[in-house]
Amino acid sequence: MDVFFQQLINGLSLGGIYALIALGYTMVYGIIELINFAHGDVYTLGTFFSLAILTLLGVDSVVHGPALIGVLAVTILGAMILCGLTGVIIERLAYRRLRNAPKLAPLITAIGMSFILENLMLYWRGPSPVPFPQVIPNPQFALGAVTIQAKQIIVVLLAVVLMVVLQTFVYNTRLGKAMRATAQDKDAAQLMGIDINTTIALTFLIGSALAGAAGFVSGMYYGSTWFFNGFGAGLKAFTAAVLGGIGNLAGAMLGGFLIGLIEAMTTQFISDQWSNVVVFSVLVLVLIFRPSGLLGESLPNKV
Amino acid sequence: MRLIAPLTARLPPALRTPRAGTALAFAAALALPFIGRNGAFTNFLADAGAFVLLALGLNIVVGFAGLLDLGYAAFFAIGSYSYAMLASPQFGIHLPFWVLLFVASAIAAIFGILLGAPTLRLRGDYLAIVTLGFGEIVPQTFLNLSQWTGGPNGIGSLDQPVLFGYRFGFNPLPYYLMVLGLIALAAWLANNLRTSRLGRAWMAIREDELAAAHMGINTTSTKLAAFAMGASFSGLAGCALASKLQLVSPDQFMFNVSVFVLAMLVLGGMGNIPGVIVGSLILSALERFILPQTTNFMHNVGLNVDLTNSRFLIYGVILVTMMLFRPEGLIPSRQRNAELHAGQADRRAAAAEGELLTEVIH
Amino acid sequence: MALLTMEGVTQRFGGLTAVDALDFTIEAGSIVAMIGPNGAGKSTAFNLITGIYTPSAGRIAFAGTDITGWATSRIAALGIARTFQNIRLFGFMSAIDNVLTGEHARLHANLVDSLLHTPRQRAEEGAARERALAMLAFVGLEDAVESYARNLAYGVQRRLEIGRALASEPKLLLLDEPAAGMNPSEKRDLVALIRKIRDRGITVFLIEHDMALVMEISERITVLDHGEKIAEGDPAQVRSDPKVIEAYLGSPA
Repeated sequence: MDVFFQQLINGLSLGGIYALIALGYTMVYGIIELINFAHGDVYTLGTFFSLAILTLLGVDSVVHGPALIGVLAVTILGAMILCGLTGVIIERLAYRRLRNAPKLAPLITAIGMSFILENLMLYWRGPSPVPFPQVIPNPQFALGAVTIQAKQIIVVLLAVVLMVVLQTFVYNTRLGKAMRATAQDKDAAQLMGIDINTTIALTFLIGSALAGAAGFVSGMYYGSTWFFNGFGAGLKAFTAAVLGGIGNLAGAMLGGFLIGLIEAMTTQFISDQWSNVVVFSVLVLVLIFRPSGLLGESLPNKV
Repeated sequence: MRLIAPLTARLPPALRTPRAGTALAFAAALALPFIGRNGAFTNFLADAGAFVLLALGLNIVVGFAGLLDLGYAAFFAIGSYSYAMLASPQFGIHLPFWVLLFVASAIAAIFGILLGAPTLRLRGDYLAIVTLGFGEIVPQTFLNLSQWTGGPNGIGSLDQPVLFGYRFGFNPLPYYLMVLGLIALAAWLANNLRTSRLGRAWMAIREDELAAAHMGINTTSTKLAAFAMGASFSGLAGCALASKLQLVSPDQFMFNVSVFVLAMLVLGGMGNIPGVIVGSLILSALERFILPQTTNFMHNVGLNVDLTNSRFLIYGVILVTMMLFRPEGLIPSRQRNAELHAGQADRRAAAAEGELLTEVIH
Repeated sequence: MALLTMEGVTQRFGGLTAVDALDFTIEAGSIVAMIGPNGAGKSTAFNLITGIYTPSAGRIAFAGTDITGWATSRIAALGIARTFQNIRLFGFMSAIDNVLTGEHARLHANLVDSLLHTPRQRAEEGAARERALAMLAFVGLEDAVESYARNLAYGVQRRLEIGRALASEPKLLLLDEPAAGMNPSEKRDLVALIRKIRDRGITVFLIEHDMALVMEISERITVLDHGEKIAEGDPAQVRSDPKVIEAYLGSPA
């Protein structure tokens, strides 16, 4: 039973990372119905960017005292900005032209983009896993027989804070409203005077920035990174988005935490060899039996 | 066609028909092994040939029926492992190769139907992701079930084919000829499908599924047929290549293989049989010769670049540039060319309309 | 003999009732029309008949068979064909390929036949092609056989869509606003075509907004408003029915 609770904690931390990545998938899909295959690699880029910033700041292990806040702020913001820009550039270069093309085309392009990013990261840091500094001091707290690490708390906290900020933005600001309108009906939004090019670029900016934050968090949490991380993590985060209900922000968050829990439980109670198979089976099963996900609505076809 | 037209114009009329072209290509293919100075070229041709079969199979699913399958390597794996389990010391079963060609392709087809039955009613991009999921699940499962599949090491010492008492041995030539025969068969079957009632049904579904249903086309079983046929081709390829390499292991069937085959279609011309064959050969050549030799060349000139490390970059760039600038492929079918460039005219019209609208509003 | 009957058919979309307890019959061999203001439920009725929607309540029967809840492809194979309000041709297939696709339900080539081009398949394809050419001539498209459907002029596309629908040898043909966007000369040709179709023994059921055309060609007209049938009868009866006038023009001040 204690093992179960321990894995619950682990799963939630994992889930926070997946949730942040899933938000980007769901936002982009909601607005242009594209599965941005390269998004998982933007997440890995977030880790790489963070690493570069930390190296620039001279950080290679734990930072103590007030300097920690500064380091975290600079690194996280830096990673988010750089990843956000990357997302915008990718959209502008590769996806914008194909907005009215048959659906296969942008999807194939996204796969190509993913390959390109992976290879670039391979050049940057080589084929082997790269160590990532711990950055934050990591005291552990005992809650009964369960151990909670400080960094796990940070992960979940950061994820929740960012999600709240996102939610506020999307539902309480003019730009957020423009995003929602564009997602519902592009043509109508355009007729209302909304510049859909900018709105879509903004969506990519925000989604990729969140992936960047997830990237930092992941590096700090696992202590290492690898150019090929994004593929598996991306697929799982996409599963999370689908599970929660694609196009639905709350769904992405819920889905992220659920997938994190599923992965942690499978690793513990079956084996970690099978955790990927289980998660992907969840994907297949959700798409077959409830494609609208947990929080999505099924809309009838109108002819 | 623009690439080939100036050449064909110089031939006498009798040789300008598609039939003549096919016969010439076939004759050339038979002569190829005798051009290479050593067995390495024939060896390459045999391996490349298996990938041509894969491309022809995926072409049915993606090119004809318009269903994006991102996990095609899973069926390749199923075909290969079927051979490995039924023609090796693994279980002590040694069925003859020629029987296993049918068996492997049938098993793969069955899995195609198993995967397709619950998933083919999903819309295009969701279907793509489900097939991707399947493409991850299958090799991982082969990896995990080590008592039956040999785990990460796979299964080795596979039997070599025997034809009328002649054992294929380690010379690549008989494998090449066998694969060439399979390609000829596959291309003929695929072309027949394309110009049949089923082929029209696939094209109709690709274009407008609702209207297709109103023609009396059972969209689910028609799509299943595409999946099954595509899977059966990769079963053939799996069986053929496994018999030549005498080894199968999970890392032969990862996602990059699925994308590699898809890139062949994108490069060569989706839906177009000769295009797909050409695309497949170009990418195989890139992988086996052009990248390593260019790297050697660069080393000799003093540039310390390893292009073989850049294969994903190159395939990614191919996919992106083709989709952006020539989505119909190098050798397009007339139809696909029209399909993909109609979008441009529509988009220009839409953009003009958009500008008009914004003028009206502001 | 009643070819198609709808009994108490209701279709609800969430809170909206698009069609409300519709009772409706089509006699074999006739030309009937359904009219009504926009949003009256006419296209929904068509979509119910061809199986795009399954009715929330009620029953639909065709040639004595209950087809309620059947899949579209099964209904089409049974003998109901249609055209669409926004033309849904296979734009990137040639005109003749569109018609050949229309023949799908009447051809029998199975997977093996298609794979191997067996003699029976080749014979069937040859005959199918002959019939397709004849059909193109019937709708006046003999000069456009190999053109891509999307390149054809609008009026020509409409005729091709009708030809494709007829290729399945239906007993009932549904035409969804066939005269939309046509000039008077094209409309005259359309009227002649519809009569030719009926003379071949095919029952025609159309939705149309052009009143003159409807009055000229229909034997029986059903009027819908807000999903309910408000009138039914021959053209003269419907034309002078006060409820119909009110539905179209609003109540007198």
